[in-house]
Amino acid sequence: MSEPQDAAALSVRGVSKRFGNLQANRDVSLTLAAGQVLALLGENGAGKTTLMNILFGHYVADEGEIEVNGRHLPPGSPAAAIAAGVGMVHQHFTLAENLTVLDNVVIGTEPLWSAFQRRSQARARLAELSRRFGLSVDPDARIGTLSVGERQRVELLKALYRNARILILDEPTAVLTPQETEALFETLRGMIQEGLSAIFISHKLREALAIADRIAVLRAGAVVGEFDASAVDHATLAATMVGREISPPSRTAITPGEPILELRSVTAHCDHSTVTDASLTVRAHEILGVAGVSGNGQVALADLLSGLAVPKSGDVRILGKLAGHGSPARMIAAGVGRIPEDRQTSGVVGDMDICENLVLEDYHQAKFSKFGWLRGSSILTHAKNLVNRYDVRCASTSVPARSLSGGNMQKLILARVLVREPRLILASQPTRGLDVGAATFVHEQLLEARQRGSAIVLISEDLDELLALADRIVVIYRGRLSQSFAREEATPARLGLLMSGHEEATGAGVSDAA
Amino acid sequence: MRLEPRERASLSLRLLAPILAIIVALMLCSVLVAWAGAPIGDAYAALVRGAFGSMFSISETLTRATPLIFTGLAVAVAFRAKLWNIGGEGQLYAGALAATWIGTGALALPPAITIPSLFLGGAIAGGLLLLLPTLLKIRLRVDEVVTTLLLNFVVLLFVDYLLFGPLKDPMAMGWPQAAPIVDAGVLPVLVAKTRLHQGFVWALAAALAVWVLMRFTRWGFEIRAVGLNPDAAAFAGIPINATILRTALLSGGLAACAGVTEVAGTKGYLTVDISPGFGYTGIAVAMLAGLNPLGVIIAAIFIAAIYNGADSMSRAMGISNYLADVITATALLTVLVSTLFVKYRVRRG
Repeated sequence: MSEPQDAAALSVRGVSKRFGNLQANRDVSLTLAAGQVLALLGENGAGKTTLMNILFGHYVADEGEIEVNGRHLPPGSPAAAIAAGVGMVHQHFTLAENLTVLDNVVIGTEPLWSAFQRRSQARARLAELSRRFGLSVDPDARIGTLSVGERQRVELLKALYRNARILILDEPTAVLTPQETEALFETLRGMIQEGLSAIFISHKLREALAIADRIAVLRAGAVVGEFDASAVDHATLAATMVGREISPPSRTAITPGEPILELRSVTAHCDHSTVTDASLTVRAHEILGVAGVSGNGQVALADLLSGLAVPKSGDVRILGKLAGHGSPARMIAAGVGRIPEDRQTSGVVGDMDICENLVLEDYHQAKFSKFGWLRGSSILTHAKNLVNRYDVRCASTSVPARSLSGGNMQKLILARVLVREPRLILASQPTRGLDVGAATFVHEQLLEARQRGSAIVLISEDLDELLALADRIVVIYRGRLSQSFAREEATPARLGLLMSGHEEATGAGVSDAA
Repeated sequence: MRLEPRERASLSLRLLAPILAIIVALMLCSVLVAWAGAPIGDAYAALVRGAFGSMFSISETLTRATPLIFTGLAVAVAFRAKLWNIGGEGQLYAGALAATWIGTGALALPPAITIPSLFLGGAIAGGLLLLLPTLLKIRLRVDEVVTTLLLNFVVLLFVDYLLFGPLKDPMAMGWPQAAPIVDAGVLPVLVAKTRLHQGFVWALAAALAVWVLMRFTRWGFEIRAVGLNPDAAAFAGIPINATILRTALLSGGLAACAGVTEVAGTKGYLTVDISPGFGYTGIAVAMLAGLNPLGVIIAAIFIAAIYNGADSMSRAMGISNYLADVITATALLTVLVSTLFVKYRVRRG
């Protein structure tokens, strides 16, 4: 596919950028050939997004320069980037929810007074673009009513409408189901055929291999490897990305024991999340994965098991006993270890120190307080012990938890949860936003807990994670749980269908065919 | 220019910053002094003399600081738990009323426990007064800023009514004041020929006790966790409502002690003007102290010194003593800015 003689659509030469003590980009040089897809791989914090923000003019690089189609791109000006034909699709969409698709596409491209005048012209052009690139979307639909996949199409149309010839896609698949991802790739391939070029930013190796012609790997702000997608494999990329060999977590077959958690037709909601008529059983030595696109009731399920949400109907039993309703303290006492979805807001008290955060669930136990007085020395010993055991990297145990990196904060929470040897563990998106090293640590710890006999409910949007860890998988869609699959039966395609609301046409689980 | 968080602020920086801030505040206010037509050096010299220039002025400053320490502690405790108690003034008068009721002979108490009973009774009254808005906050999500603030006026008018009616001392020659506190209940004077009374010692003890409570006890742990991150505290199973109610009792009780010291110490009997806004000034004291209980002592003495000093400055120089309010307000602003610089460093580019 790649011909070395291709003209460079975009070239980055020697770009460096510092934020205080952090070297976000270090002498980065990249070339995107015309009509190709360049994947930019890297862990969280590797500097991908910074680099793209420099490209698009949001930041000014300390050193280095950028050329588009052989012409120097003036730094620090998104307008210049757009004029040069660079279009960016951000990880977090930049659409106005209360405006229509057409409005969102047109906004900013024309002076306000003429926008309405040329509306029919704009409409025709939008229709033409959607047809040409297969991006079907109703121009008069309001953004608020569209699905995530459709919103992304609008973002793409927005870039195309501005005559983008080079598309920058920042983690475009993070919010998509496998089917939607495949559809996006189809669209991208069509665009490449039309002569566009694209930079695809991701930390998912599989996707980079599927869509890219060339793959550049960033680590700690620098390019540490560049490969032809056809001549590199998964393992090499992973090792380059992390900087060392990583092995997939090893799990041993083990027979599940007695039921630890039983849900019987439970309906619960909190905020805007609902779980309806959910029934499931999780046994000792078993990891149950809950797959689903974000916003389908995961929050309600997690809050239910954390003790934050009260079931409206149905039973929650832990070790056969009815669980205390709406009380995290009672859940903790019943032997539930909870790893919250949002570390910063519910996991730690950022302004309290590491010692205090490590006893946040246990401070009232006799070991840590007596007659209302905290036992400072035993809290300190406990903290030092856990920090060592769970490898929480910190200057000292008296620094505020806020100062920890995401991975270390998660290790702190894991330490607090696992030291109690919980019978049931609820892990909600436990590796979201973590680098591969920290994620591997979390996975190992969960598998060890499984080995020791914990039942684990693992709620995750990352299918790879679920397929690697879970013994059984259920899919949550609009608050309802699907039948559970043994890991051997679960394939991304099968799960993907259920995640987007398609009932299974075949298989044992179908009961409502009538 | 950008602000960048400091990983750790050195102790000297943390101690130096508020002092520098106060110097900057005094420099800023010197513009007003000059505008009022007084020589700046002489004016500030008069201010310092008025606050600390003699045994008598020092004693006056500490006397004035006594209720401010209590109201400052009340705010420091409540704000730590994010309970926005603006009702210190009302709680102060509730404490003063309870002390008057107990201390004017309603109960026949042995002399040895009269003073402790005044503080205890006052604290219970103040705590209960704050309990009402706190329950409304917890049960019905009524904003406590509004309820505590408005309760101040309710309590003040109630005291006014009592002083013109049932509590009016027949021996007071028609003045609206209550009967004097019995001798056993009067806080002894610490230094002869001054007004400085035992209440100051109680205030210091209270500050120390609150500091110990916040740092070394379970309740303090809960108050801090709930205030710093209520979501994480709830997730970890800390009883949020019980913690807030406990905080309310403590905070209201502390503010009420300010009323006790004024009735049983400084004045000797209840009038409707025992507090020139100590409850509100307590907010400034607590903020100036960064909500630190021991810092409250220093902040209260500082503000008391500014007010007393400004009084003598205005007498000596003929400039308005409202300048004291301006200096306090400016110092509050500069100290808040200085805490920003303790937390962050400024970088160019």
